[in-house]
Amino acid sequence: MDMISEDKINSMSSMEKLRFVLDGVKSGNIVVLEGGLTPEEQMKLIELTMTEVNEDFPGIEMSGYPTKRGFLNLRRKTRLTVVGPAKVMRTIKKEKDLISAMISAI
Amino acid sequence: MKSKRRRKGILSRLIDALFFRKKTAKIGIYGPPNAGKTTLANRIIHTFVDENEDIGVSTEIPHETRRAVRRGGIIIDLKSKSVQNQNPTPHSKTEERKSKAKLKLDVVDTPGLATKIDFHEFMAYGLEEEEAKKRAKEATEGVIEAIKWLDDIDGIVLLMDATKDPYTQTNIVIVGNMEARGTPVIIAANKVDLADAAPQRIINAFPQHPVIPISALKGENMEELYEEMARRFR
Repeated sequence: MDMISEDKINSMSSMEKLRFVLDGVKSGNIVVLEGGLTPEEQMKLIELTMTEVNEDFPGIEMSGYPTKRGFLNLRRKTRLTVVGPAKVMRTIKKEKDLISAMISAI
Repeated sequence: MKSKRRRKGILSRLIDALFFRKKTAKIGIYGPPNAGKTTLANRIIHTFVDENEDIGVSTEIPHETRRAVRRGGIIIDLKSKSVQNQNPTPHSKTEERKSKAKLKLDVVDTPGLATKIDFHEFMAYGLEEEEAKKRAKEATEGVIEAIKWLDDIDGIVLLMDATKDPYTQTNIVIVGNMEARGTPVIIAANKVDLADAAPQRIINAFPQHPVIPISALKGENMEELYEEMARRFR
């Protein structure tokens, strides 16, 4: 499991983040991002994942807390995002502030 | 840079809405696989265009729709249809006039959004291995196509299966993206004809958006959805 700090995430461009996450997941790691990905980045990650799906890599399992509204409802604050290989990670229960996931060996 | 683009997007949308209102709204029907997107698109076309025209085929196999399909020139005219609303909600006369007005739209039936596509799942529905792999490949292209269509969409009807947990990451990602783009969203809680449907879960999960419980298959509560579409997508 790779747990990535918000500082490291913020030092990367959007594409670098997505590549970093997907490479980690394809290597079999669960990637936990402090601060999380924005909804736009998550959509891009789904798109990027779809280009790399094959018989050995069916895709990703992604979970995260929804963004929080900031000052005057304008600024959105992203929170934690967890991404793992679909073969080993499965979200069991998800609520606004709770994620239960099962991780199994391949 | 990214936030600048977003602000410009919202501003240009506001200017468009005020001064350059489009005559035809492009409405995307989005949602996870097997939520009933094609059934809803067919229902809209049967009601307002031609009872015998189908935009696509719905089956129980996920990812049946693997290409986005647009049907243009649909006029939602609730007056001429004389639709009787069984559950009228209290709103002002202006709102009622707006909702009863004609809405010309293009409907885009999109492939289901997913984060994983495993060909073994298709084999469980009786497909041969080669056919399942081909379908999986086409399904991944379909997801990408659905995402690309978001750039050309004026509003979306996000379909969720009311018998399932609505708090999935794909639903959250779609809603989050639409909010960031300033695109209007109506959530349709589909399959309320089934005994284990719980549309209230969807209402609780997404309180910031209108949620209309419907059965696209049985045609239940469709009038309320059409009225909301006429109100939101004008």
